[in-house]
Amino acid sequence: MDLTTLLQRFQQGDRRALARAITWVENGTPEAGELIRSTYPSTGRAHVVGITGPPGAGKSTLVDRLASRYRELGQSVAIVAVDPTSPFSGGAILGDRIRMQRTLNDPGVFMRSLASRGHLGGISIATGDVVGLLDAFGFDVILVETVGAGQSEVEIMELAHTTTVVLIPGMGDDIQAIKAGILEIGDLFAVNKADRDGADRSVMEIEMMLDLGHMGEAGINRWDGEAQANSGAARRLDRTGHHGTADLASGNPYTSSASARHAADRHGTANPGDISWRPPVLKTTAKDGQGVDALVDRMIEHLNFLKETGRWEQFKRHDAAAKLRELITLRAARTVMDRATAAGDLDRLTASVADRTVDPYTAAEEVLSRHLGT
Amino acid sequence: MNRKLRVLVAKLGLDAHDRGAKVVARAYRDAGFEVIYTGIYQRPEAVAEAAIQEDVDVVAISSLAGAHLTLIPQLIHLLKDQGADDMLVLAGGVIPEEDISALLAEGVAGVFGPGSDLDEIIRFTREHAAAK
Amino acid sequence: MSHQERKERFAGVSDREVKRAYTPDDVAGLEYARDLGDPGEYPYTRGVHPTMYRGKLWTMRQFAGFGTAEETNARFKYLLAQGQTGLSTAFDMPTLLGYDSDHAYANGEVGKLGVAIDSLRDFEILFDGIPLDQVSTSMTINPPASIMLCMYLAVADQQGVGWDKVSGTIQNDILKDYIAQKTYIYPPEPSLRLITDIISFTAKHVPKWNTISISGYHIREAGATAAQELAFTLADGMQYVQAAIAAGMDVDEFAPRLSFFFDVHNDFFEEIAKFRAARRIWARVMREKFGAKNPRSWMLRTHAQTAGVSLTAQQRENNIIRVAMQALAAVLGGTQSLHTNSYDEALALPTEDAVRIALRTQQVIAEETGVASVVDPLAGSYYVEHLTNRLEEEALAYFDRIEAQGGVVKAIEKNFFQREIADSAYRFQRRMMNGDYRVVGVNAYADGAEAKKEAQILRIDPAVQRRQIERTQQVRATRDQAKAASALAELRRASQTSENLMPYILACVKAYCTEGEICNVWRDLWGEYREESVY
Repeated sequence: MDLTTLLQRFQQGDRRALARAITWVENGTPEAGELIRSTYPSTGRAHVVGITGPPGAGKSTLVDRLASRYRELGQSVAIVAVDPTSPFSGGAILGDRIRMQRTLNDPGVFMRSLASRGHLGGISIATGDVVGLLDAFGFDVILVETVGAGQSEVEIMELAHTTTVVLIPGMGDDIQAIKAGILEIGDLFAVNKADRDGADRSVMEIEMMLDLGHMGEAGINRWDGEAQANSGAARRLDRTGHHGTADLASGNPYTSSASARHAADRHGTANPGDISWRPPVLKTTAKDGQGVDALVDRMIEHLNFLKETGRWEQFKRHDAAAKLRELITLRAARTVMDRATAAGDLDRLTASVADRTVDPYTAAEEVLSRHLGT
Repeated sequence: MNRKLRVLVAKLGLDAHDRGAKVVARAYRDAGFEVIYTGIYQRPEAVAEAAIQEDVDVVAISSLAGAHLTLIPQLIHLLKDQGADDMLVLAGGVIPEEDISALLAEGVAGVFGPGSDLDEIIRFTREHAAAK
Repeated sequence: MSHQERKERFAGVSDREVKRAYTPDDVAGLEYARDLGDPGEYPYTRGVHPTMYRGKLWTMRQFAGFGTAEETNARFKYLLAQGQTGLSTAFDMPTLLGYDSDHAYANGEVGKLGVAIDSLRDFEILFDGIPLDQVSTSMTINPPASIMLCMYLAVADQQGVGWDKVSGTIQNDILKDYIAQKTYIYPPEPSLRLITDIISFTAKHVPKWNTISISGYHIREAGATAAQELAFTLADGMQYVQAAIAAGMDVDEFAPRLSFFFDVHNDFFEEIAKFRAARRIWARVMREKFGAKNPRSWMLRTHAQTAGVSLTAQQRENNIIRVAMQALAAVLGGTQSLHTNSYDEALALPTEDAVRIALRTQQVIAEETGVASVVDPLAGSYYVEHLTNRLEEEALAYFDRIEAQGGVVKAIEKNFFQREIADSAYRFQRRMMNGDYRVVGVNAYADGAEAKKEAQILRIDPAVQRRQIERTQQVRATRDQAKAASALAELRRASQTSENLMPYILACVKAYCTEGEICNVWRDLWGEYREESVY
């Protein structure tokens, strides 16, 4: 299939063209750039819902149920499920389809399995662009299921409008351990496998932790301090900011308080008097569908919250800023590295840094002053 | 560019014997393929749709229940109907020698009977999928 | 003087390294009375009967079934005429999974791997001319086991044979389906309910019927090691005992009717030891853990089948030799009944000639080798006793791991068994590929030309499907519709209570409701189980 045919068929709603487009974007083929250029104007319409949580929480089965429910409500659904790539072979086994048998025969549902391909943030590098294609293709809802390695899956938060964290009963200690990574990213919490012992207790524990995080300025300030203590984490979290209008205005995307502002703003506590979103905690049993309708209701409610409070538009702007920033950073770095390598500066300075005649900061300054700019 | 070969390993019909399918799926993974495994009890329609959505290079069918002459041709026709006739279709499992030519005539690219060498399956897949 | 050996490491099918020789040190803690006992004595390591094959040879039971009921009936009669002493029925996939032959999913599978059964009419034909008080019949079927048993009882009624004279076995082991065989329909809870209903019904009304054949065969065939087969099978057995006790039964009321079914693979001594270890573990568990008082509850009685997975399509005559040695291991292990595979089964259903050779293999062992004259002749062998202990230890370690996960059903939900088995299967395949495990005719002594030889194989005529569909549709058209509908409605009602379902199933069967119709009642109420794991 050539690019022109593919685009034509893509516009006509041909699923095979969509599938091939995803392959090109995933593989970074030469056609991928044009593909994104042509489809980008049609994006920004779908509700992107992230589903994250530790392995064994039942995410895929829950996604299967969520898709069914959205279909009952007349929405078309795309599912993207990311599984880990083996670090040894570079291969992967993508088994999520097994758990999605309920909806996969429905022509209103499209499902694509992606391998993480070495990326550690819970999704693959291409996931954002894949979601863009599905959005442009016209799906109403896009469910993105992360790898589920348990931690540092914050990237889903930047990609999804609504992030649902799936947990299971009896994880008390685990929640303590991972709360720093999980409480901030969830717009919704589902305690799945709620037919097991301890579901109510888990709900209570999560509610308590959320309340602590929502106690107001004191809590936020404390969190802000942590972010400042770790500027690396702050940068990463900032990249995930949905609504960081302050950042854009200040012209400094790397403010250390951005993460706190993001988490706060996301839930509407940044500005006193604003309508706030306190993440609800729901019980679900994906196995038999208990609680799934309520979860979907809350997802839709969150979407309405985003739209009514102007956050939906903010998300778009922030998303645009983040995308631009990422591309500029990536390309600028690549350009500087290429030039420095070609000029022999990189090898020379590497040797000097290694034998301690020059420190890394001075060396970096030298490279930048020589090769950044025209 | 970061091209990975994608293969769908599938069981068709009421055939529950999945030891071979799982072993083959792992072998593909260990050889660097991205493997989509759809589980047992799949209808040809569902397998064809999965192959299309996942845009796989290869569809590997494991059959041990004797319905291969009915279900594999059905699958191939479904793929053709949707313009996916460039996918490499392989069949493995308990397939009698005398059925091989019938399957090849239907469009199966390679048939791997009992005791087939995993490395040979991988080699064959690489060679023929890459040629497309 | 050099003691160079052929290779660095010696290990069999299960990939357990074995030493050059075994000595009294390897069985140091063994106490005869406690750990072995005389044949027929607790803990039955040496056999469940004092005289074993001197009293009665094992039952030679060849699994058969293909095409329609007429064809299988003819094969049954042929086998009985050849001296076989028990029948064993193989069903086709649609029957195993509760679909009638005219269901869309059955297309291409009707009569392929076993006989197609839809209604009582098929059972009447299947057992035509075979007096049910003179044979024992084994039926390899699981979720629809209750339906097949009711059909069998309905045929007994027609023949005027009292249920107390009817004997046989239904496999009825759903746990191994979740673990390995995958012919499940419903989720675990209602599946276990059907099983306990069968257990309590037969305990009262069909006293000679074996209610569950707790099966390691499929676990092993799916790639498990001998120790995994042993451990997972016995763990399943304990789960059934717990379920029946929880349903209010006394352990001695049903435990004597539980039987087992093991695989017999290539590693000769390991297989013998497996049977011995199984008996010892079960006896201790039943007596010590479940408090059974009746010695018959302590005895592990088992059927055995030679390993289908060990058969090769290449140089297929070699399979005759493999089967013979596996059969010998089963006999030395003290099995109660035995199926020997036919040498042509790696590719298709066995031909009549191949089935005859398989049966003759057992008869040669029984009549010519002398092994049936002495009970447990390998007792006291340092190696065999060491292996018996080792397998027992490995099984007990697995029991602990299963317990730690909350029991068998929970471990299934966590894919514990499935992953363990898949790991073993993959490891074995890799060993075969790198030549660490050598299979004659495949990765050793292969002969390209021979492999291509056209095999004479049994094929199922496509007309079988058409004929079967016609018969089933005719049964549905000509039965008493009101009676059939009300039987199904009653079954639906009772299924929502805790009543024993067997009388309702029997009523459905006698009203010529089809297997698919009955299974659909439960599909509707209970839903279908889906495997959620990859590994």
